[in-house]
Parts: sequence; C-alpha cells; structure tokens
Amino acid sequence: MSELTLQNAVVVGADGVLDGLNDVVIVDGIVAQIGSNLAVQGDAIDCAGAWVGPGFVDVHTHLREPGEEWKEDIETGSRAAAAGGYTAVVAMPNTDPATDAGHLARYVADRGAQVGLVDVIPSGCITAGRAGEKLAHLDELSAAGVTLFTDDGDSVADAGLLRRAMEYLAERDGVVAQHCIDAGLAAGGEMHEGEISSRLGMSGVPREAEETVIARDLSLVRLTGVRYHVQHVSTAGAVDLIRDAKAEGLRVTAEATPHHLYFDHTSVRDMNPTYKMMPPLREPADLEALRDGLRTGVIDIVATDHAPHADHEKDHPWEDSPFGVTGLEWAAAVVNMVVGLEPEGFFKVLSCNPAALAGLADQGRLEEGSTANLVVFDPEGIADTNGTVSRSSNSPYLGLEMRGAVRMTIYRGRVTSRDRSVADPVGAAG
Amino acid sequence: MRSVMSGSDMDRALRRIAHEIVEKNRGTADVVIVGIRTRGGPLADRLVGVLEEIEPGPVTSGILDIGMYRDDLDQRPRTVLGPTELPTNLDEKTVVLVDDVLYTGRTIRAALDALADLGRAAVVQLAVMVDRGHRELPIRADYVGKNLPTSRSEHVTVRVAEIDGEDGVWIDNPAPGDEGSAT
Amino acid sequence: MKHLLTMEGVDRATLDSLLDDADEFYEVMHRPIPKVPALRGKTVATMFFEPSTRTKLSFERAAKALSADTLSFSPGTSSLKKGESLKDTVLTVKAMGADLMVVRHKSTGAAWRVAEWADLPVVNGGDGAHQHPTQALLDALTLRQHFGSLDGLRIAIVGDIRHSRVARSDVWAFTTLGAEVTLVAPPTLLPPDLSGWPVTASTDFDDVLTEVDAVYVLRVQAERGGASVFPSVAEYRQRFGMTDARFARLKPDTIVMHPGPMIRGIEIDGGVADDPRCKVLEQVTNGVAVRMAVLFQLLGGSRDE
Repeated sequence: MSELTLQNAVVVGADGVLDGLNDVVIVDGIVAQIGSNLAVQGDAIDCAGAWVGPGFVDVHTHLREPGEEWKEDIETGSRAAAAGGYTAVVAMPNTDPATDAGHLARYVADRGAQVGLVDVIPSGCITAGRAGEKLAHLDELSAAGVTLFTDDGDSVADAGLLRRAMEYLAERDGVVAQHCIDAGLAAGGEMHEGEISSRLGMSGVPREAEETVIARDLSLVRLTGVRYHVQHVSTAGAVDLIRDAKAEGLRVTAEATPHHLYFDHTSVRDMNPTYKMMPPLREPADLEALRDGLRTGVIDIVATDHAPHADHEKDHPWEDSPFGVTGLEWAAAVVNMVVGLEPEGFFKVLSCNPAALAGLADQGRLEEGSTANLVVFDPEGIADTNGTVSRSSNSPYLGLEMRGAVRMTIYRGRVTSRDRSVADPVGAAG
Repeated sequence: MRSVMSGSDMDRALRRIAHEIVEKNRGTADVVIVGIRTRGGPLADRLVGVLEEIEPGPVTSGILDIGMYRDDLDQRPRTVLGPTELPTNLDEKTVVLVDDVLYTGRTIRAALDALADLGRAAVVQLAVMVDRGHRELPIRADYVGKNLPTSRSEHVTVRVAEIDGEDGVWIDNPAPGDEGSAT
Repeated sequence: MKHLLTMEGVDRATLDSLLDDADEFYEVMHRPIPKVPALRGKTVATMFFEPSTRTKLSFERAAKALSADTLSFSPGTSSLKKGESLKDTVLTVKAMGADLMVVRHKSTGAAWRVAEWADLPVVNGGDGAHQHPTQALLDALTLRQHFGSLDGLRIAIVGDIRHSRVARSDVWAFTTLGAEVTLVAPPTLLPPDLSGWPVTASTDFDDVLTEVDAVYVLRVQAERGGASVFPSVAEYRQRFGMTDARFARLKPDTIVMHPGPMIRGIEIDGGVADDPRCKVLEQVTNGVAVRMAVLFQLLGGSRDE
C-alpha cells in the first residue's frame, strides 16, 4: 500500500479552487481525501501554499521515437515531461516511419507504458506517410486508440483530400488537428515576414500563410461537422478567426505554444537558430492577442510543440538549421509569467482542456476518487533553467530568470519528479 | 619631466645638421630629404628650409609612412596609416631620412624596407634630433642633434610646434616596470 | 573593431578610417612592387561555402599584398558534403593555424556563428541576402574617389533589393557617409517592410533617373525569374534595365556602378557597361584596396587600446 500526503496547498479541484490551504491524501494511486488538516498517511509533503492541481497534459509533443532517437526518445521525452509537471503527452506522428498505421501507434503507446513516467498517447497521421496524397490507415489508428489526427509539420494542402478525412473522422468523432501553414505563401520562409526579416534579408512567412489555411479549413468544418483543432496559433488574425468560429458554434479548439507567448521576432535579430521554429515568432501585438485569447477562452490550450534537435543539428547558420524548440520543461513558468491566470484558469489551459481534447478520462481532474495525476506548482518559485532533462538543449529558456517552479509531479500516485529530479522509468527499456 | 633641449637648441641642431649634409654631399643637388611620419615630417620640412637658405636651388623632399612596414604591429594599438609622398624617382638620389628619436632602430629598419619598395636610392643617410641609444639592430645615424644617454625605463618626448604647439625635448622616468618608448 | 560583419550601425569615423587606409593601400597597389610586409606571418583563411570567384580572389589578392599567407577552403572539396557541421569545419581550419577567417555562406548570420565559435577576427564575405560589408566599402571608396565625398550625393540602387546583400550593406554605408539613397525595384523585389531604413523607395526608374549622381545597378538573379517575381526578363529590362536610352537621359556627370558579374542585355546594356562613366573595373580594383584596409585593421595592431 503506497501513501502520500500533500499538505498546505492551494488545491484546484474539479469545482474550482478550494477555500484556504488544504491537504490531499493519495492512497494506491487514487486521490483518497481532500480537506484541511487531514491525518497524514505515508510521507507528508509541505506545499507551503503552492498550487496543487491536475497534472499537465501536452497535446503537442515530438518524442522523435521511432527514427530520430539522437534528438529524443520516449524515455527521455517522458522524463522531460515529468520534470515540467506533465502526466500525459500526445506524441506527434511525424516520426520515421510516420505514425500512419495501427501497429505504429501501438508501438508508441507500448513504449510509453513501459517507461511509465507519463501517459504517452499516440496521435496519427491524416495522410499516408504525411505525404498529403492519400488517407492514412484511419480505421486502424482509431482501433489503436488514436483520437487526434494531424500531419503536423505540414498542412494537408489538398482541400479535397482534407474534406474526405474530415468526413471520415467526423463519423468516428476524431479530431482533425491542423498545422496551418500554406506552403505557397510560406515558400522559402525562415521567419516572420516583417521589419526584421526585411532587415536580415530572409524570406518571410506572412501571417496570411496561417490565416488562409484556417479560413479554408473552417469552411470544411462547416461542411463536415468534424471536431477541428488549430495547432500552434501564432497570429492575432488567427485568434479572430477562431473566436468567430466558436461564436458560430463550430466544434473548434485551439492551442498556443509557450514560445509564441513569450518571444517575438526581435529575438531573431542575432540569427541564433535556437529561435527558429514554424510558425515563426511573430510581433508583440500577436503575442498580446494570444495571451488575451487564453484569458478569454478563445484559445483553449497551451501546448508545447516540444521539438528537440541535437546540438550538431543547430550548430549551423540559420537556414541550415531545423525548425523547432523544446518546451516541456518551462511551459508552466511561461503561462504563469505572461498570461497571468488565476489558478483555475492556469490548470484549465495546461491540464483540463488538453485532457478533454485528447479524451483522457483520468487526466485533467482532481477530486476524491480520481486517479492521482497531479502537479505541485509554486507560482512564486524561481525556475531552474540551468540545463535540460530532455536529451536536446535547443531551448530558448536556458539561462533565463523565470518565475514559476514545478515542485513535484505525481503520476498514478507515484512521484515522478521532484524539483526536476526525475524518477527512474518503471519498466526495462524495450 | 626634465627638459633636455629647448626650441632654440633644436633650431641650432637643425642648422648644424643642414651644414653637415651640404658638406658631406657637396651640395644638395641630388639630395632628397624624407621625413618619417609623424614628427620626422615637420623636422624634414624645417631642414629643407635651412638647406634652401644656405645652398642655391630647391631641395627635393618627401614624407614616408612606415605603418605597413612595422614588425611590431601586434604589440601596438591600431596603427593609423598616413600618406606616403615621394618624388617619383629615387634612383641615383641621396636620400636623407629624418626622424625625431633614434632608439631600437626598428623604425629605421621599417623605413629602409619601405624605401627599398619605392625605388633604388644611390645612398641612404639618417638624420635624427635625438639618439638615445639601446639599439637592437646594426643601425647608426649620420647626423645627430643630440646624443642623450638614457636608461630603458626612461621616456624621451620630442615635441614639434607644427604638431604639439611647442618645440623641445624632455625626458622622464615613468613608474617602475613601465617600459619606456621612443616617441 | 574585432570583426567586420555588417555595415548596419557602423559609425562614420570607422568608415572614414577604413576608407582612408584603403586610399593608402590603393597607392601601394600602384607601386612597382605592390606589396608590403604588414601581415607577414599571419594566415588568412578564405572560407567560401558558396561559389564565388571575384570576392574570394580579391580577398586573397589583398592578403598576399600584405604578405599574409592564405588558406583556401571550398565546399566542393570539403567534408561538408559528408555532413560535417559548420562548427566542426571552422574549428578544423582554426586548428590549422588561421589568424582570421573570411566567411561567405548562403545562410544568414553564418559569419556571426563562425565568430562565436572560432574566437578569431572574422570578416563577413557575404551571408545570405543579408550583408556584404566589404562590397559596401569598395562601393563607397569608388564614390569617394570620383566625387570627393558622399555628402549630399543622390544614389539610386536599382534591381533585386529584396534578395541583395549588396543593397543591404550599401544602404547603411552610403547614408552614414552622407548620401541620400533611393531604392528602385518592382514591388516583388522590394523588401516587404522598409521600417527603419534610411531610404526612399520607388517603383518608377524613369522618375528618379534624371535626379541622381550615381546609379547602382544590381544583378538580376536569373533563378528569381523562375520564382515568378517578375513576368519576364524582357519586361524587367523594359522597366528597370540600365539601357542605352536611359543612360542618355542621365545627368552628364552621373556614374553607373554594378557589383558584378554583369549580365549585359538584361540589367545593363553593353554600351553602358563599356562607357567610361561605368565604374565597374574601378570597383574591382578598389575591392582589393578596401580588403587590404580591413585585414590590416583587424590583424595589424589589433590589440585593444
């Protein structure tokens, strides 16, 4: 029998923030009791007024396994997730081979379960091999438990093909998650099109590359009734489109990444490829629209787009470096610092809404009887940004002074991370 | 700082050097007076003025910048280059190099290299206002305003009115361990 | 000055000092023995990750005229094709004893990254469409030689500004030295956002033609035509070519410049290219002189004051 008691915490339960400081007693992986001054069972942890809520859920993680294990694998990615306060991650399907068939999705889920530090939920491709030419094995993927479908890294450019995918997945209540970048408008694009790109002579990715895809897709959502999720929203105009779609009643959700909330395109001035990602870092007005979108619920989720790349891949000049930055370890600190949500809203965008999108019943919820997937987050603590738990160190947050520290992550009742010291995997490496 | 030559001392020295040049070269017909930047320039101009007083006919002159020829660029702050202006042909001429202080000889070595790249003079002679000793190369002056025994730690300063607003030569002993330099 | 990476933000005193030194090296180049010992024992590595003939030759000529040795690196014969990272390549060349690196690369900021890794003086020999500072210096020297000063000069830069590192460097050098610059191009070849650029922009070449003291013609990059940035080469020439007819309409003392290589019949007509008022060959000569000045300032007397 394993027991653990968290004491003196601001507890964010299923019905909101509990009055005063409370304790949470965990017994055998289940939240047994929530209340003030409870009898201690097992070890007692004094949370000293930190927030305790449902563990974070990332609906946008690149774990790189299979195929690119020098960047990250399911074990190192799970460790980084645990360090960042996550208890579940949705693995993106742009692996090698791409996750476009049932057995590939099962492999990811099985490896995740073997590691046992977070729930690893596979997503599946919309098109075979992410090639944008024909449908992936959508039935097989569904049978393997996949509910979120995306060709992330590319938009599904062919509207006819996308329509058929939407029709097919609407019937199965799947989610079409789109990486919204028009390949023509973004051709050769390396960064946000604007003052800085003009000064640096780099081809830009205009905001319209994102917005035209969203606008087109919304027409198809209207036609097909599918659940549609906009990945990594980066522009103010995109926020407007999503707000209108929600007002119209379309089944639309959206995510924003920590880096699009924290950095703008002036970070590119030094041409350091750590700041190279797609969509690119935009302008201050866009950042403000994204933050406001999260505050008002237009944007539902903060998702990391955790995209590890090895040092040797970033030891090149800008254009020769790959797109992507890591995000799992300091996403919560970013939300805490720049979005400024009260505890309830904080856990909504990091835990509850993403759990709902991914269809995870035992995530995103803290109440008596729920699975003990929890995080202890100190909003006043200083984050440790010296070094990464991830295998890769392409993080723009390294060395920054950040406010908001993940003190403890508890996955199914087990402490998986304490002040970034991560527990061993449960099973043998497979 | 101790004064070792006044302005009038410098005048007298220049006049003596001018007479020595005329005597040694039997006139000024084939003589080209070449000042080494920076303070060799005005000294050369004055020398030309005196020579033209005491000998008939104009005296040819020029100025040499040795910035590109130094062998101690690494040890110096950024070298500011100045123009080099010489008569087009030095062949068969007697070139008299003019500088303010003769010390290690490295500046003169650089000037000789520069001169060699610019033509083939028949004879090269050297005139300096002060010879303070401590040579590091086998170089000597043909005409000397004043021989000034110094220690290496001492600092010799030659000032010329055209650049510094006054004439004169001073010597001082900087803080121990601070290596003195020529100019 | 530790590196020469960009013209943006370089102050007038620095530009003047480089151009003044370049004047002296220009004189050296015209001596019977056009060589000085200033950088004897130093090694200049020319690392051109992008094909280039003239810039590389010019740097090597400059290094040799200063008595430096040269190490030459070209991607065709290198390990890059085997997937070596740029960082490893740079450290390898440094280990061979380079004292300074000249870096040309198709990617933006390559020279900055090299400077960060190598801990040596670095000269940007062109990065992407971003900067090509020695080109701007040689252009400025050419203008200064011809007009005495850039103060008050009116200069039109015509052509593919958007993809031109030459334009991005010239704009800053010319305006810092006192000139007024007008960029002339079709809208697809102007940068999308000119905020903060000290220039005016026009899409009408004929409108600015008669008012300028110098026309700087940029090369039309043939590969751009395929990317549909203008309808056809013929139509481009019609509106933006430095044709004989346009040349005839210039003020009589207006000069024409071009960074080379010129494509006659497209951006510049043969009659213009061969006219004494076209300063292309002077630019090439001045290229060696300014590169001597840059190498001299970075390697000779580089000790901090």
